[in-house]
Amino acid sequence: MNSDDVKSNVLTTTLESAVNWGRKNSLWPMPFGTACCGIEFMAVLAARTDISRFGAEAIRFSPRQSDLLIVAGRISIKMMPVLIRIYEQMPEPKWVISMGACASTGGVFDTYSVIQGVDQFIPVDVYVPGCPPRPEGVIEGFMKLQDLVGKEKFSDYSLPSSK
Amino acid sequence: MTRVTEKPLETDKMVLNFGPQHPSTHGTLRIIMELDGETVTKATPEIGYLHSGFEKLGEDLDFNQYITITDRMNYLSPLCNNVAYALAAEKLMGIEVSKRTEYIRVLMCELSRIADHLLNVGMLAVDLGAMTAFLYGFRMREDIYDLFEMATGTRLTTSYTLVGGLMRDIPEGYDKAVLKVLEEVESGSDDIETLLNKNRIWHDRTKKIGIISKEDAISYGISGPMARASGIEWDIRVNEPYSSYEEFDFDVAIALNGDVFDRYLVRMEEVRQSIKICRQALEKMPAGDVIVDPGLGYSLPPKDEVYNSIEGLIYHFEVTMPNRGMTPPVGEAYVPTESPNGELGFYIVSDGKRTPYRVRTRPPSFMNYSIFSKLIEGHMLSDAPAIIGSINVIAGELDR
Amino acid sequence: MPLATPHSKIKERFPDAILEVTEFAGELILHVKGQHNLAVLTRLKADGYNFLADLTAIDNLTLGGYERFAVVYHLLCHKTAERLTVKAYVPEEEPSLPSVESLWKTADWQEREVFDLYGIKFEGHPNLIRIMNPDDYEGYPLRKDYPRLGRKERSDFPVIKRSFKKEKRTE
Repeated sequence: MNSDDVKSNVLTTTLESAVNWGRKNSLWPMPFGTACCGIEFMAVLAARTDISRFGAEAIRFSPRQSDLLIVAGRISIKMMPVLIRIYEQMPEPKWVISMGACASTGGVFDTYSVIQGVDQFIPVDVYVPGCPPRPEGVIEGFMKLQDLVGKEKFSDYSLPSSK
Repeated sequence: MTRVTEKPLETDKMVLNFGPQHPSTHGTLRIIMELDGETVTKATPEIGYLHSGFEKLGEDLDFNQYITITDRMNYLSPLCNNVAYALAAEKLMGIEVSKRTEYIRVLMCELSRIADHLLNVGMLAVDLGAMTAFLYGFRMREDIYDLFEMATGTRLTTSYTLVGGLMRDIPEGYDKAVLKVLEEVESGSDDIETLLNKNRIWHDRTKKIGIISKEDAISYGISGPMARASGIEWDIRVNEPYSSYEEFDFDVAIALNGDVFDRYLVRMEEVRQSIKICRQALEKMPAGDVIVDPGLGYSLPPKDEVYNSIEGLIYHFEVTMPNRGMTPPVGEAYVPTESPNGELGFYIVSDGKRTPYRVRTRPPSFMNYSIFSKLIEGHMLSDAPAIIGSINVIAGELDR
Repeated sequence: MPLATPHSKIKERFPDAILEVTEFAGELILHVKGQHNLAVLTRLKADGYNFLADLTAIDNLTLGGYERFAVVYHLLCHKTAERLTVKAYVPEEEPSLPSVESLWKTADWQEREVFDLYGIKFEGHPNLIRIMNPDDYEGYPLRKDYPRLGRKERSDFPVIKRSFKKEKRTE
């Protein structure tokens, strides 16, 4: 094989970039849609703004088979243990998008039974503002998450060294 | 030859949690089912997973601010909620709105009804495996969202009405846009009916499932398409008309068997009747103002008056500032309206201050869902999504 | 033919149960003593009000009224399209009154909701437990002396930290 063939058919990259490229273009979401943002999320899945162009078509309603948790809607005190359980059931690597004002900060509902922000109890990567956010806004949040996934390193995933 | 002794097979009932996170519970419902094989012997629904304290919030927000909260209740048809609250507040304060306001409210309610029924039929179809109806329904819903955006500014949480009128008038060219969308909705619902009405699998999965008798429907407080599918002839738009509904000419769809198939048929027929009402509303739309005289102290004046004239500014401050606000009479009011799910009404009690003393929503999904444990007994597990889909439970309204 | 039992007749039939009959914005309201609600409603159902549209409660702490709590029933007659409101007053200590679940099955869940949010007990109810709030919730949220922001129930959950990716991400 001469060097021209090699130049046009082979590309070299780092292992990290390749792994990140694979992860960010096939994020399988698990929608945790509770309220109005759940309906806007269904509109993101439908034909006009279509999330399957980003490789996220496989909506798996099982936490064991997905790597992105989208919290869409207000979380009440009765629902919070369920959310924590589902988050813990997801295998690593996992990311969380908090969609809408209610999941990010409690929204309009400053009452006795709405959690004022899911990020008090679960680590969140991207916040998408809006009440409800337009589907284009959700796509922008998704793309920001893809940028974040693209910048990850292997050293992020090392276990804390025991001293 | 050995003889095999037969021991009786020991069986036990299985308890299955149809959990709050499940693809086909529309929203956060939980049902604890006891199964004997595949047949459900007992089902206990548990609700409250979306309880947000709406009624407590209503005591701290004033009459116009609470309209933004009513959008979040039945989030599939938010304009119906806005109209119902505005009607109750107007009855309490004794305000009469202009004819143009009433016709625009009717137009918006009927468009929301079309959107709600299309989504409900789409979700019922998706749960039973027919995905095409869902995608057709969503394509039509996106067109209706464009109409809402033209008139109100947002797609879903519209907050369009005010006590005494509407936030703003409909724009120029709106009627042409609506007529175009109505044609597409008609042909789209023809497509859905072609796919489903004579479909053998659809018949097997929806006929004779979840039958509600007339007496049960009245005893359990069921209203709306679910009651009409069991033969009860009660439609608030016809029997207790509000907001000029008596000037429109339409039919009410009634079915006799009360199973899931009949509820689906009633909803598709209501879509067609709503298209008829929308066309009549656009033809006969009267001219005029959409806001009641702001000098009375109840409604917000239009924005260009607020920015350009001193009276507009004063009236605006009279209504919105925390130490002023509206002065309603002491009393209470309840106005029932026909939302896509059934009888929706707001019960407002006022003690004369700027915020209501008590706001109570009469949630149709709550009453409709209470019959579920009776309906599912004796049916198979796979009939549960069909029955939940036909009840049209919306968790925001159920739990408030 | 109008159905609504005229004021005088209903006061004759239940002389000690009815406190007052008022009217506001064209609607009739019957004010009833708490313990007599089942008798009055049974009679009204036999008269023709066959549909219970709504069952709720009001806390009269700052509004004033005969007692602290009032349970409100909205009735509807399908034949003549008439509506009627019945308010049953319940005192503050040990609030309880008979359940109407035997007349209308819809009262089952509605009374559970009133119990959950106000603490009013219903005698004869088959299953009086909380419906909206978690089972171990304490307090009755819709009473006027309960704060809107709650009593710390909404911050009472375990905090999950990230297992990996501990250092701060910057753009």
